Amino acid sequence: MEFWRVPFDADTIQVTLGIVHILEDRCKGCGYCIEYCPKQALEFSTNFNQKGYHPPVVVKPEECVNCHYCEIICPEFAIFSVEYPRITEPGQTETKHVI
Amino acid sequence: MQDIPTPSKKQPCHPLDDLIRTDRIPHIWCPGCGIGTVFSACLAALKGSGINLRKTVMVSGIGCSGRAAGYVKLDSFHTTHGRAIPFATGLKLANPELNIVVFSGDGDLFAIGGNHFIHAARRNMDMTVICVNNLNYGMTGGQVAATTPHLAKSTTTPIGNPETPFNLPLMAYACGATYVARWTMLHIRDLTDSITEAICKKGFSFIEALSPCPVNYGRRNKQKPLDMLRLYQEKAIIKNHADPSTLDIDFEKGIILGKFIDLDRPTFIEQYDKIYRPSRLQENVSELNS
Repeated sequence: MEFWRVPFDADTIQVTLGIVHILEDRCKGCGYCIEYCPKQALEFSTNFNQKGYHPPVVVKPEECVNCHYCEIICPEFAIFSVEYPRITEPGQTETKHVI
Repeated sequence: MQDIPTPSKKQPCHPLDDLIRTDRIPHIWCPGCGIGTVFSACLAALKGSGINLRKTVMVSGIGCSGRAAGYVKLDSFHTTHGRAIPFATGLKLANPELNIVVFSGDGDLFAIGGNHFIHAARRNMDMTVICVNNLNYGMTGGQVAATTPHLAKSTTTPIGNPETPFNLPLMAYACGATYVARWTMLHIRDLTDSITEAICKKGFSFIEALSPCPVNYGRRNKQKPLDMLRLYQEKAIIKNHADPSTLDIDFEKGIILGKFIDLDRPTFIEQYDKIYRPSRLQENVSELNS
């Protein structure tokens, strides 16, 4: 994550990771999720869905911060994100994301 | 020979799938239309408000937004043109336990159904009215509506609308609504919070949600769907408790969004019971005390 001024507790803050799910056949290709993704993690796919639209595709899965904006702006109920499951390794106090 | 069941790749389920009739999705709304977003904000608010959804009814009238009643997996009614509010009034009076949400468009609520809106707000009927304002009559081909901005082009005003549009929050306030807010489909989190608040609030609540209509309004006014959203982003001025008379939609000047009115007034049913059914009022009071 880029900061123009680093907060004092930046190293202790855990940024949530998200997994984006796309229900391709519901998409009508309006591109709102792609335009308004704060991390530019989405792009138009080159493939067509059943209805002949280009659905979005996740190009930077590691960038998703699970903000849910794509989910709430999508007029078609076609995209949503869930939090990445975390694990705690033995002997480690802080949780870590599995990738 | 027995078939070995193969683990099927399970289709992931959208978090709002339990509130929509998934067999009817994809819906009829055009690509880029904002009604779907407002609808999903409304469903998220219904879910988040914690009200009993088995006692919640969605009513809508005619028009693109009127189709919402058909997509929601609650008791819902798709009524005749402009008559969503009188229908909802009847529902509420017949069964005061119900939570009523009216989800309809500007043409339905303010052109053909304008008078019903005025009187429901005057009586302070306990319901939530969500008006999706797409600035024209989208379903019939983009004719000029009561909310089309001055000088905007439409099928019936090809060189610009000569009329002055309605100022919907002012009208709701003047008629006596107890909760008035306006957001656009880009300010989804605020819109969802506002709808949640309105659903939990007693009395007549009105929320206007501006939404792009790329096929009929946008095409004639040289606005692509994303241009419209950028316009909302650039021109939006968030000003809670602004004076309702300053809220006319003029994209040159900027559009004022926010929660404008939040006050308490006795509802129609309370006042009716006070005068005509004092016994029921006492029952309610004793129920509350016990």
